[in-house]
Amino acid sequence: MSSLFSLARRKNFVIFFRKAFLGAVGLWVLVPFIPLFMWSFTKSWFWPSLLPNIWGLRAWRYSFSPYSKIIEAIWITILLALVVTFLNIIICLLPARALGQRQFKRKQFIRLFILSPLIVPSIAVALGVLDIFIRLRLANTFLGVAIAQLIPTMPYMVMMLSAVFENFDIAFEEQAKSLGAGPIKTFFYVTLPMIMPGIIAGSLFTFLVSFNEFVLTFLVGGGKVITLSVLLFSFMGGEAGYDFPITAALAIIMSIPGIIFLFITEKAIKEEFFALGFQ
Amino acid sequence: MADVKLISLSKKFGGIYAVDHINMDIPDGKIIVFLGPSGCGKTTTLKMIAGLNTPTEGDILFNGRSIINIPAEKRNIGMVFQRYLLFPHMNVAQNVGFGLKVRNTDPIKIKEKVEEALKIVHLSGFERKFSTQLSGGEQQRVAIARALVINTSLLLMDEPLANLDTKLRTEMRSFILSLQRRLKITTIFVTHDQSEAITLADKIAIMFNGKIIQFDEPKTLFNHPISPEVADFLGATNILKGIVKSCQKNKCLIESELGETEVGQSIDFENGREVFFTIRPEHININSDKESKAKNTYVGKIKEVVYEGGSVRYYLNFGKSIVQVYDRSNKVLSREKYVSIYFDPEKVWIFPKNRKIM
Repeated sequence: MSSLFSLARRKNFVIFFRKAFLGAVGLWVLVPFIPLFMWSFTKSWFWPSLLPNIWGLRAWRYSFSPYSKIIEAIWITILLALVVTFLNIIICLLPARALGQRQFKRKQFIRLFILSPLIVPSIAVALGVLDIFIRLRLANTFLGVAIAQLIPTMPYMVMMLSAVFENFDIAFEEQAKSLGAGPIKTFFYVTLPMIMPGIIAGSLFTFLVSFNEFVLTFLVGGGKVITLSVLLFSFMGGEAGYDFPITAALAIIMSIPGIIFLFITEKAIKEEFFALGFQ
Repeated sequence: MADVKLISLSKKFGGIYAVDHINMDIPDGKIIVFLGPSGCGKTTTLKMIAGLNTPTEGDILFNGRSIINIPAEKRNIGMVFQRYLLFPHMNVAQNVGFGLKVRNTDPIKIKEKVEEALKIVHLSGFERKFSTQLSGGEQQRVAIARALVINTSLLLMDEPLANLDTKLRTEMRSFILSLQRRLKITTIFVTHDQSEAITLADKIAIMFNGKIIQFDEPKTLFNHPISPEVADFLGATNILKGIVKSCQKNKCLIESELGETEVGQSIDFENGREVFFTIRPEHININSDKESKAKNTYVGKIKEVVYEGGSVRYYLNFGKSIVQVYDRSNKVLSREKYVSIYFDPEKVWIFPKNRKIM
């Protein structure tokens, strides 16, 4: 009898521990936002106050005013992320398919090679890329930055796409062909819908990485391609001097896509799972 | 009209011929079954006809014209696979209509034809369902409807019933048979199941190791298999070796481990020649009466009895050979019992060629 009792107790402890752990992680993620929020609504705040001395909406009003470069930067950042995502999908489809479907020599090595941007420091990459792009006259251009941003984002896209391709049965394509669909129609009517979860997952990662990327954008773009992260930098001691409230507001604005996409991912992937009937 | 001809069709993988110079005339409007063990090349052959595999050598003629250089999507051949392969992101109507959609058919026409096709396979009203909501048999029927809707003149089926349970398999077999009889579409059906082949086929092509060993009506294959291999695959498991004692017109006498056997077959072998012969388990009579005077009577001891429901299989030893008897007369004979077996000389079959035909 006593062993049964302790079993129930252990179970309850595990449940409690799990909840506590999740709570701690949640706090860890959310707590840094608190000072950020407070700063963005600050007119004046100095030590040793725990809360802003004077609250104000200056930062927010400035952010959305026509004088600030913020609205423009938002558009450029989004556009850049979309372009990079689009290019990334197109470039990664074939390699991901090869990795997911075929066996070949040095497959592991090539896989590691494609994932290497995740290990190499972005400053090193940025300086190397900058040098080459200067010669190619791609430096300081939108296109140049877009191409450069493919480097840190390709690993994610290839990983996601190759995972779905591993589970994709090419017999479906054979069936489509036997029914009269040429390669293009087969791709758009059959393959693409079936690998969509991979495309969505890869796109979300790519969009986020591109959106938040600073080093590459700043160096390759030379300060001429003004994304939100570049703008943020300028408010932190760059051209505009130190302006914490605006920096905070900007940081909050920059976090929004991440949170939105978190929700979209969950919903989209759940729906895709239904449609594909994962049994 | 679909008159299909395979001319020296071959497929090589690495250095090995998976399909080895196959020649075949497939008559219009009939069901041809490719029968053989796994890996014999039957699916590879089918895929070459469909255009999903490129032949290494040889040609495929469709109504007299070579289709080798025509890509799969332009061949207008209906194909049904073992795994149904219903597109999971499309409902039944979209699946069935797929072939028409890629041919840019008018949507109203598509709807009409899909309804028609679903009616033929007895699935009217299933348009909105998805494959996960369908049973195995229903999915298979959708796959068939999808292949039929493009108005094809050749239907290829690659072990389509392999994933179904026994009862459903038998039902679907009859379904496919009656469907084909009604629509008169030339059909090539691939299977490793000999009873399926015999039920469905107008003609069976038995394949071993990439070659067609025998291409005949089921009855002929059943009663006159060309080699011991073929016989064994078709369930004629009693393959015995013997020496010809004498051969006259329509009658031969053979000496074997059974004893002396009279064979009612018009074959002319010289005396002393070694032959292989077979007698199907179903054609042997078994009896506890050891005094029978019928031709080809032998007394032996039952080594094993296997009860199969409405029938019993007996295994008897004669020397080193095992003779199998399939009896449906509801007799109950037990092991270690001495019985007599006898069979009609007409039912014995001497293989025309001794060696395995490769």
